[in-house]
Amino acid sequence: MRDIFWLIPFIPALSTLVLVLFGSKLPKKYVSWQACLSVFASFIIALISFISLLKTPPENYPLVKSLFTWISAGSFNADLSFQFDPLSAVMALVVTGVGFLIHVYSVGYMAQDKGYTRYFTYLNLFTFAMLILVLASNMILMFVGWEGVGLCSYLLIGFWFEKHSAASAGKKAFIVNRIGDAGFILGILFIFLAVGSSEFTAVNKAISGGLITQSLATLAAILLFVGAAGKSAQLPLYVWLPDAMEGPTPVSALIHAATMVTAGVYMVARMNLLFTFSGTAGNIVALVGALTAIFAATMALTQNDIKRVLAYSTISHLGYMFIGCGVGAYAAGIFHLYTHAFFKSLLFLAAGSVMHALSGELDMRKMGGLRKYLPWTYPTFLIGAIAISGVPFLSGFFSKDAILTQAYAQGQYFIWALGLAGAILTAFYMFRLIFLTFHGAERLNPEAKHHLHESPKVMTIPLAILAFFSVIAGYIGLPVVLGKKANLFQNFLEPVIKPASEGHLSMSMEWTLILISVVVALLGIYIAYVFYLKKPAIPHDIVRRFPSIYKLLYNKYYVDEIYNAVIVNPLVKGSEIVYDHFDLAVIDGAINGSASATGFFGRILSTLQTGFVKDYALVFLLGAVIILGILLF
Amino acid sequence: MAIFLFFLLSIICVGAVLGMIISKNQAYCALFLVLAFACLGGLFGLLGAPFMAVVQIIIYAGAIMVLFIFVIMMINLREGISREKKKWTIALSVVLALVLFIELVFAAKGAAALGSGPEGSVSPAEIGQLLFTKYLYPFEITSILIIAALVGAIVLVKKREKE
Amino acid sequence: MIPTSYFFILSIILFVLGIIAFFIKRDLITQFMAVEIMLNAANLAFIALAKSHHFVDAQVIVFFIITVAAAEAVIGLAIILLIFRQKKSIKSQDIRSMKG
Repeated sequence: MRDIFWLIPFIPALSTLVLVLFGSKLPKKYVSWQACLSVFASFIIALISFISLLKTPPENYPLVKSLFTWISAGSFNADLSFQFDPLSAVMALVVTGVGFLIHVYSVGYMAQDKGYTRYFTYLNLFTFAMLILVLASNMILMFVGWEGVGLCSYLLIGFWFEKHSAASAGKKAFIVNRIGDAGFILGILFIFLAVGSSEFTAVNKAISGGLITQSLATLAAILLFVGAAGKSAQLPLYVWLPDAMEGPTPVSALIHAATMVTAGVYMVARMNLLFTFSGTAGNIVALVGALTAIFAATMALTQNDIKRVLAYSTISHLGYMFIGCGVGAYAAGIFHLYTHAFFKSLLFLAAGSVMHALSGELDMRKMGGLRKYLPWTYPTFLIGAIAISGVPFLSGFFSKDAILTQAYAQGQYFIWALGLAGAILTAFYMFRLIFLTFHGAERLNPEAKHHLHESPKVMTIPLAILAFFSVIAGYIGLPVVLGKKANLFQNFLEPVIKPASEGHLSMSMEWTLILISVVVALLGIYIAYVFYLKKPAIPHDIVRRFPSIYKLLYNKYYVDEIYNAVIVNPLVKGSEIVYDHFDLAVIDGAINGSASATGFFGRILSTLQTGFVKDYALVFLLGAVIILGILLF
Repeated sequence: MAIFLFFLLSIICVGAVLGMIISKNQAYCALFLVLAFACLGGLFGLLGAPFMAVVQIIIYAGAIMVLFIFVIMMINLREGISREKKKWTIALSVVLALVLFIELVFAAKGAAALGSGPEGSVSPAEIGQLLFTKYLYPFEITSILIIAALVGAIVLVKKREKE
Repeated sequence: MIPTSYFFILSIILFVLGIIAFFIKRDLITQFMAVEIMLNAANLAFIALAKSHHFVDAQVIVFFIITVAAAEAVIGLAIILLIFRQKKSIKSQDIRSMKG
């Protein structure tokens, strides 16, 4: 019973195959049922595996199931094998559980879309790839899953490919990801060179056995982190995530909030021994995470598109997860990954519900006062916003607090301060969003107002479920102040994730830090309240007084423009030049040249074919003479 | 005695072939060829194959060459046809033929080293025995071949009815 | 008696003469006759071989060669007749449709 975990990826894979082969002939209703049930089945199996994992003693971790030898080239081996340990269990449950809810939601959201079957095919394919990623027992297979989710991200972002902006957004996501992947592959190769295998168990054994030098570990870890930065949208490779909002909203919820972007965090946590062993790499990870957290939060302040705010918020919170991992509190980072999956996907789905209600409107300047019209969407959205702001007793509070406390405990005060600043900004921009959308004066488009309606149950029930989890999910990771045993989550992950030196703080210090976090969160909410409800004139005043700062933030620090000018355009121009002078002239010239040379020689040879029998007979004779000569002499 | 006969027959044979080459009149060529075949028949007899000698004369000299002469008569050419104009092809072919000759002589050296072989001629009975046992299939198939040739020739040359 | 090598030499001479005849002549019929010369030269070689090795099968082979040559001559001459009917000429240089 305990070895069935390898089935988890294959049920969605089977569903994808059926949909690919027969999808266009299947009725819509059947497609919905099959797609959702396959993910649900995976979830059940994940649950069963999880329960049996709890019964297995930790010495047996991880459970590895090798299906067959996939690559065997000399000393380079990679099996198709999966492993199941607490970390994989958490990830698998999140992916399948949240994934299932999003599949159900999509049934309602995409009901009118003509690419319905194609959507669910891609969604199932994504689930398959993501599960391969989290359940792989070696880095090569994980990389297969990594690439697979990148592909699905491209397919799903550019789902409405007839729209030019959607198609380019998909392309951008894939290309920026690819840049990260280059680093990732190099990292894998370096590790393989040192260890001789890419299996996680082997790598961990090598690290604890001292087979790897610290400099090699640092190099490999940094390269791996480059890959993580691409996939999880950290500086400087985050630029694809805001554009990715061109895709359908459930896609944003699943891929760009709960699962794919968290793959980078998962990878760092999986390789925690490596990152801890090389202290420098951990510091870099934490620093990049912190800078990203604050940088993205500032950009979220000024956005008017409801999904863009959430996108920058995601980038910011991924930064938090990397802070956690970087300072050595990998469990805290994964904990935030887990809680964030709930409330961020909730926020995205609820935003989708708002857009659905308003027939596709996503500019917050054209919303307002919606709370009386959306009796399900508003409360769930509010719960999500409260959770993400770190208000106590909801899940976001526990996870964010864990990260910041550990950062402080490790002596990384700069990072702690950045994190705190990010927290206040988070609370502020989230409640700005709430107040602009649901409260205040109605600035609705009359057409949209006319069709205003709450979303169907198939969309609101997942919202309710996610809201429920956003509230209670944090209770399995209670802060250490309440006793070491209270942090069930960290204890559960203990065998896999060895925390770096546990910073110890006095009880009073811990309580102080918690208090500071709470004050900061409530402060942010209050300021948003003042700015957008009590005295709406204040934001406009600030914009007027600091126009250049506003412009800088609103235009996202012009990063996209800088990248275009410095990197993209020169490359495009360069390739055009190469195309003209090399591709067309040399390569095509060589091929056309060989063709015309063949023709030329053929024409010369055809003069031999005179049509006279006697000439042919002469050639016969010549041939006979030559052959006879060869045979005789 | 036999040597003398051999030389006589071979000289006449080669002479006839040379005459065939030189002659411009096609009918004369054919007649020279009949002479050559007859001599060959004689040579076969010298080699102890009397049956084959007779077969040669009956079929080759008798039937095939008669066919040739028929056709030559049907194609009623007023004037003969002169020799090949392009000199270089003749020269080249002669050269090549001479080279071939030398090569073949070398090739034949091996076979010829066996000397003269046993005396006595081969009777038709021996040939018949082989023909009807070991070479039965080729025999039958050859008969089909001949029928095919017969029918084919008739079909080919038949004048089409004007529609 | 007569050493068979003499016969072989004769056969070779006839064969080579046949080749030369083929290239010298310009009309189809005499060229065809040259081919017959070559066939006969081969026949002579076979019979000589039969004598020198006491190998009767060689004579049977000659038998078949003669038969097949007869059939071939029939068809060949029929074709030559047809060509003459069409082109009114039997010069081999007038048949050129296989050019190129």
